[in-house]
Amino acid sequence: MALQETRNTNPKNLIPGATGDWEMVIGLEVHAQVASRSKLFSGASTAFGGEPNENVSLVDAAMPGMLPVVNEECIRQAIRTGLGLKARINKRSVFARKNYFYPDLPQGYQISQYDQPIVGEGTIVVEVGPDRDGRFEEVRVGIERLHLEQDAGKSLHDQHPTMSYVDLNRSGVALMEIVSKPDMRSADEAKAYISKLRTILRYLGTSDADMEKGNLRADINVSVRRPGEPFGTRCEIKNVNSIRFAGQAIEYEARRQIGILEDGGTIDQETRLFDPGRGETRSMRSKEEAHDYRYFPDPDLLPITFDDAYVEAIAATLPELPDAKRARFQAEYGLSAYDADVLVSEREVANYFEAVARGRDGKQAANWVINELLGALNRTGHAIEATPVFAHQLGELIDLIADGTISGKIAKDVFEILLSEGGEPRRIVEERGLKQVTDTGAIERLVDEVVAANPDKVEQARAKPTMIGWFVGQVMKASQGKANPQAVNALLKARLGIE
Amino acid sequence: MSVDIATVKRVAHLARIRVTEEEAAALQGELNAILGFVEQLNEVDVAGVEPMTSVIPMAVKRREDVVDDGGIAADIVRNAPLTDENYFLVPKVVE
Repeated sequence: MALQETRNTNPKNLIPGATGDWEMVIGLEVHAQVASRSKLFSGASTAFGGEPNENVSLVDAAMPGMLPVVNEECIRQAIRTGLGLKARINKRSVFARKNYFYPDLPQGYQISQYDQPIVGEGTIVVEVGPDRDGRFEEVRVGIERLHLEQDAGKSLHDQHPTMSYVDLNRSGVALMEIVSKPDMRSADEAKAYISKLRTILRYLGTSDADMEKGNLRADINVSVRRPGEPFGTRCEIKNVNSIRFAGQAIEYEARRQIGILEDGGTIDQETRLFDPGRGETRSMRSKEEAHDYRYFPDPDLLPITFDDAYVEAIAATLPELPDAKRARFQAEYGLSAYDADVLVSEREVANYFEAVARGRDGKQAANWVINELLGALNRTGHAIEATPVFAHQLGELIDLIADGTISGKIAKDVFEILLSEGGEPRRIVEERGLKQVTDTGAIERLVDEVVAANPDKVEQARAKPTMIGWFVGQVMKASQGKANPQAVNALLKARLGIE
Repeated sequence: MSVDIATVKRVAHLARIRVTEEEAAALQGELNAILGFVEQLNEVDVAGVEPMTSVIPMAVKRREDVVDDGGIAADIVRNAPLTDENYFLVPKVVE
């Protein structure tokens, strides 16, 4: 495969070395577990966390004579993902055997796809940022291919002094390997790419992309070069399972390579492992020899073929994807790029926002969802699916601000009540007497009290009208936040004779 | 096409088959005989012929996405030389 240059050098991405500037070149292979009930070639469950070897059929254990039969839903999910990546769908693809030995691979080969994958070239548009000025840079990352393959089992090495424990529950679970082109030039770009890919997969429902469960893992290819020169020799960092670690691994690896090159050395193409504890990558020499995989078409499986109508039927079921949704949120609700980006990062968050924003002020809805709701969920460790405050409650709260029943400040107190106790905002406001005081007489009495108690400050305010802010604060405090701030302001101005 | 003794040893190692020097020499002869036999196929002009994937024209069988297998952990590990709590035990492999 000839690697093609698709990016112009951006000075922002250059790394200054002792002997001049360097540029990173990054490509990723992401393994995402396909969302399906049963495995790629057997009827055993894909459920997470079963008892040892519970979700294993004779096919997954590679017992002699067992034959694989492909799960049609996995094919559909791969096509759906390909469509979401705006990629070419190959109406004929071939399963191949990738041969190697490891105790958690009972077949002695992984059924994968080699030169005829189910999905060909596509593109992901990645938003990198925001930078200090709140701006995003749009980076287009090419997709080389997507193919289906089997996951391997799991080995536990800490159960016994001399033995490893093998559990085949994951053996045969369908994975999509999504290979990018070497189009990324910084750790931030790679992190944004993984994050965007994860968002797209979750929108499509083709993978839950749960990195904590290992359902999304990345192999990261990193090389460095002088700007404008051909690609350098790359190293592959295997099996990185968090976006933060991906960033750390890339930064470390690029600096390691620059160090070697600046000392006059050369980079050995090799497989490395990231050690999160030490923040370092280290060589996995044992994998070197294994690279002769001797792929050949799997004689147990015929090519996968389907027609245009099959693809079109799947295309008709695609949801609105994050890019389209973000553009619509900006156009329809007048949101900033940043707010729209935050809201579309999870489909559930976007749906929640729309439920709140419908028939209300979009920007105000966005502020409440982003600052209060997402802030609170973050604080309490809840996912949006488990939110204690529902969209209709937040909507009602915003209505109470809009019609002048409560001030924005009181609204935040009501939100805290909703968070901890639940209930209906309107009733909470009624029952706890949180209604904004707009009765001029009542406010006037408070104004009089504060003015009478502070004759010195009155003198100062007449000389320096900005002092009125202090009086507004005192009156608001005296009203326990319930006075309408505009009314307070107007009455104070009249009382003090300030324009 | 013919294979040398180093290739024979490499293929044996990749397949995790232990061969002695004498066996490797014998296998080299056998492999070259097989390759020579297969090489006769090169005489056939296959330009424009689709590679055959099945002797009868048929589409691949597909399964519905239902769980109808598994739950037989004890059977799965029954033939294993060493097991514990339905795990397979193998000599320690660690990176």
